[in-house]
Amino acid sequence: MRLGTLVRRELLERRTQVATSFLAILLGIAVIVSVKNITFYSEKAVAREMDALGANVLVLPKSVTVQDYYSADMQEAEIPEEYVTRLVMSDLEGLDNLSPKLSVPVSLGGRTFTLTGILPKQEFQAKAMWAGAGIFSRPQGCGTVPGAPGADDTPPQESLVRRRVIDDLGPAESLVGADVAALLGVEAGSELVVLDRTLSVIAVLPRTGTVDDSRIFAHLHTVQDMTGRGAVINAIEIVGCCLEISQGLVEKVNRLLPEAQVLTVAQIVDTQIRMNEIMSRFSALIVAVIAIVGGVSIANYMFANVYERRREIGTLMALGAGRSAVMGVFLLKALLLGLVGGVGGYVLGTGLAVLLGPKLARIPVLPMPSLALWALGISVGISLVGSYFPAMRATRLDPSDALREV
Amino acid sequence: MLRAEGVTKEFQHKRGIVHVLKDASFSIESGEYVSVVGASGSGKSTLLLMLGGMLSPTAGRVLLDGESLYELGSGGRTGVRREKIGFVFQTFNLIPYLTALENVQVPLMLSGTRMQRQNEIASDLLNRVGLSDRLEHKPSELSVGQQQRVALARMLANDPAVILADEPTGNLDPETGRQILQFLGEVNAQGRTVVVVTHDAEAATDAQRKLRLENGSVVPG
Repeated sequence: MRLGTLVRRELLERRTQVATSFLAILLGIAVIVSVKNITFYSEKAVAREMDALGANVLVLPKSVTVQDYYSADMQEAEIPEEYVTRLVMSDLEGLDNLSPKLSVPVSLGGRTFTLTGILPKQEFQAKAMWAGAGIFSRPQGCGTVPGAPGADDTPPQESLVRRRVIDDLGPAESLVGADVAALLGVEAGSELVVLDRTLSVIAVLPRTGTVDDSRIFAHLHTVQDMTGRGAVINAIEIVGCCLEISQGLVEKVNRLLPEAQVLTVAQIVDTQIRMNEIMSRFSALIVAVIAIVGGVSIANYMFANVYERRREIGTLMALGAGRSAVMGVFLLKALLLGLVGGVGGYVLGTGLAVLLGPKLARIPVLPMPSLALWALGISVGISLVGSYFPAMRATRLDPSDALREV
Repeated sequence: MLRAEGVTKEFQHKRGIVHVLKDASFSIESGEYVSVVGASGSGKSTLLLMLGGMLSPTAGRVLLDGESLYELGSGGRTGVRREKIGFVFQTFNLIPYLTALENVQVPLMLSGTRMQRQNEIASDLLNRVGLSDRLEHKPSELSVGQQQRVALARMLANDPAVILADEPTGNLDPETGRQILQFLGEVNAQGRTVVVVTHDAEAATDAQRKLRLENGSVVPG
């Protein structure tokens, strides 16, 4: 026989009492897992929604203010396109959707529009490959939910409007804003002559009510070529992950590009950070409350168990059990309860999150295997901590008191 | 040899101090069979617990093979109990959720005996007490006499040199009690020291020597 056999038999003997205690752990862990799981996907959903608000980090020439940028968008001041390469090549985490832009005014049909050169994603991949590093080796996607339905099915027009990026754009291709299309009478498939260069319109962007409605988007290098301004840009718009921004991303970009100024769009970033803080605090509060309630419940059960078994403990001591063996009997029991409760709690909690998440939080929730270790750690931790003092009391029992009645 | 030197035991109660033993001194030679008799509440069980390293005296020393038990420390006394002493209790103190075989294996498990050896020793001992067909029975499935026989088998598991039995026949019918005493006689014949606390006159007569507890003192019976 092993100590584990003794513990297992005792657990099976007192099924009802064990079931109550086990249920406390199971439900506690299930609540923790489901809250964590739903919170994780809620944060992602919030981040995705925030992403729709646009870039939250701007890299501008030193002489330009954010107000200048938003009011005119066509300032004369420039920064080298090479800054984009520096960002792509850096190991900075939290930079998502880099969007370098060069905007110039153009006259078409007697009206002035904005010709904006942008760099499609494919070009970033090429830049990374030239240098033997991959942009996608850097963690990306703070504004997306990997694997979640609806995360990556954005059409090109939508992606340009929402995330300021487009996957692919040929040198003679363009996308036009809703006003441009309406005023010039162009549609997808039309051709547009801009600065003596013919561009084919591959799509008309949905109306946004912003300056984008009067933009013509073309490949950055085409616009540089058309304007003869060389390898320069006006700005780099970045969707920065709010966690990394809160951890000093802006300062890191500043160090990387000392000749430029790096700004955050404070409102957007603050909202993102505040939302995430609320969620993580709520989650931490739930974990703390459940850990305390679970720990007290286990401690209560274990104290009762020690009292009930004091005669057995006395007998074990008479037969040669030392303090470590008596301690082992109770802590091993706590470990078993914690392990089974942790596994059960993870399964139940994940099931609840996946089933209830879409109904309660209106977001798709997927199982998170990483929470299994988390659940086990908390469950075993609560169980062991809650049982430690009762187990200590058991080791200090006076065996003669337990056997005196003999 | 088991020896008590000026052993005094007092218990503090709300109404004052109760003197259970007063300056008791006696020796029990190795291989001896001694019965301890006395009126109910005279301190027989307390004395047995002190001889077994389970209850420290208020004053005096208890020596087993020349080693003062209460100067050893808790861990040392645990080791002595595990290796040298076998206890038998009036209410058997079997662990209710373990089978007869497992109950006998408990002392072996505590001494770190390997599983296979545990099985061999425990089966052999239960066979010796006539319970070879009850190995997988729990205490609740056994008669009181059978339970005491399981306790006797457990007592011998670690091959102790000293057997301390507290009213081993107290809960048994005369016939079963007789069998238990006979078994204790057999283990004494094998060279083990046996100390039996009893108020059963017949049980006391089996012993080679009788010690009587009177007013906290130990006197020859």
